[in-house]
Amino acid sequence: MNVVRFILQNHVQVLELTLEHLWLVGFSTLLAVLVGVPLGIVISHRTSFSKPVLASANIIQTIPSLALFGFLLPLPWLGERSDRLAILALTLYALLPIIRNTYTGIRSVDPAVVEAGRGMGLTDSQLLFQVELPLAVSVILSGVRVAIVISVGLATIAAAIGAGGLGEFIFRGLAMVDNRVILAGAIPAAILALAADLGVGWLEKRLHAR
Amino acid sequence: MLGGHMPAEATTPVIEFRDVFYRIEQIQILSGLNLQVEQGEILVLLGRSGSGKTTTLKLVNRLVTPTSGEIRVHGVPNDQGDIIRLRRRIGYVIQDGGLFPHFTVERNVGLVPSIEGWPAARIRARVQELLDLVGIPAELASRYPRQLSGGQRQRVGVARALAADPGILLMDEPFGALDPLTRDELQLEFLSLQQRLHKTVLFVTHDLREALRLGSRIAMMETGKLVTVLSPEEFLRSADPWAAAYVRAFGDGLTSLANRGKS
Repeated sequence: MNVVRFILQNHVQVLELTLEHLWLVGFSTLLAVLVGVPLGIVISHRTSFSKPVLASANIIQTIPSLALFGFLLPLPWLGERSDRLAILALTLYALLPIIRNTYTGIRSVDPAVVEAGRGMGLTDSQLLFQVELPLAVSVILSGVRVAIVISVGLATIAAAIGAGGLGEFIFRGLAMVDNRVILAGAIPAAILALAADLGVGWLEKRLHAR
Repeated sequence: MLGGHMPAEATTPVIEFRDVFYRIEQIQILSGLNLQVEQGEILVLLGRSGSGKTTTLKLVNRLVTPTSGEIRVHGVPNDQGDIIRLRRRIGYVIQDGGLFPHFTVERNVGLVPSIEGWPAARIRARVQELLDLVGIPAELASRYPRQLSGGQRQRVGVARALAADPGILLMDEPFGALDPLTRDELQLEFLSLQQRLHKTVLFVTHDLREALRLGSRIAMMETGKLVTVLSPEEFLRSADPWAAAYVRAFGDGLTSLANRGKS
């Protein structure tokens, strides 16, 4: 097949762009987890904050990705390097599923169980780390999973601002009207999304609290 | 009249409610509650849903903070000092045990000792002792709560509450979700346990039979007020309209139940 031959012939570049793609997605997801999970925990305990926080994350999600990249371009330090910009944008998009699932996961822990723990004299942090988070972990991870799958797709657009990744092939292929080149970007991206989905799914099952 | 349950007059009650009011927004949940629970007795709070009995229970370990009035535990107002320490000295048992679903039986029972920093060997010995005490076979220690029957979960819930050997037990309809046979069995076992352990127990139920069987005294509650406090025998003879209504609702055959728990 043509596509396969093209990928094999350009395997060094395919590999390079795949790694770049992985870096964009991996780093932005990590940032989104570091911000989103604590934020989700806070709003699950102080529910008056939950509406504004979730609404903000929702609004970010509705901004078209190309426009978001454009909005961020004039920012100081960030605008200097397009991969910084791409990572920020991808982080913002990944926030919603992570915050929302953390919030939902913790809120859905049986209140009787939490109250029993409190009544036995667990401190707030013992309740959080020994009861709430372990019982919410599979819901939180399924949010991370959704975030990763979205990011893998969105990161292809980052090539439009020169941030690299598999989008390079896709945009080049579009310009050249050459399907082989488009697929050389799209197929590895799809494989990446599937692999991430399976990987986190496996983790989810392993960590699932009984 | 109350057998050996009543202590000498001068002793401080273990739990004391003084003029306690509790209101959420405009709804009055408790008004003017005054009640003493004495050393070693089982005081049953009896009343229908919404009468304020569960709130009364939660005031003791401060899961609920009163709007006014105070609750004393061993003579000390329970808003003074460390609330976490207070709770660890009070056993708490709720319906269906409130067990942590992601912990094994062993970890559930050993939780308070482990956060109290007991050495592992001592925790293990204590867990074995407690499971034996509540009649749970040792091979169930590695099971998860969902792998147990309702009665077994409730036994584990009692074992967990007893883990750090608290002087006080708060029990919120602990046997409410069980089938009649299991409930009967657990009530009798609880009584024989109490004869050995002499805990001070505050016990919430809406079941008059259970109240008559277990209670040293029965505190009857209605719409946030304490109606009357009576011994089981007195309760059956009482002319109080609420008590009489309760007795009528449960029908005949109650007399034989009263004070089966007395030694």
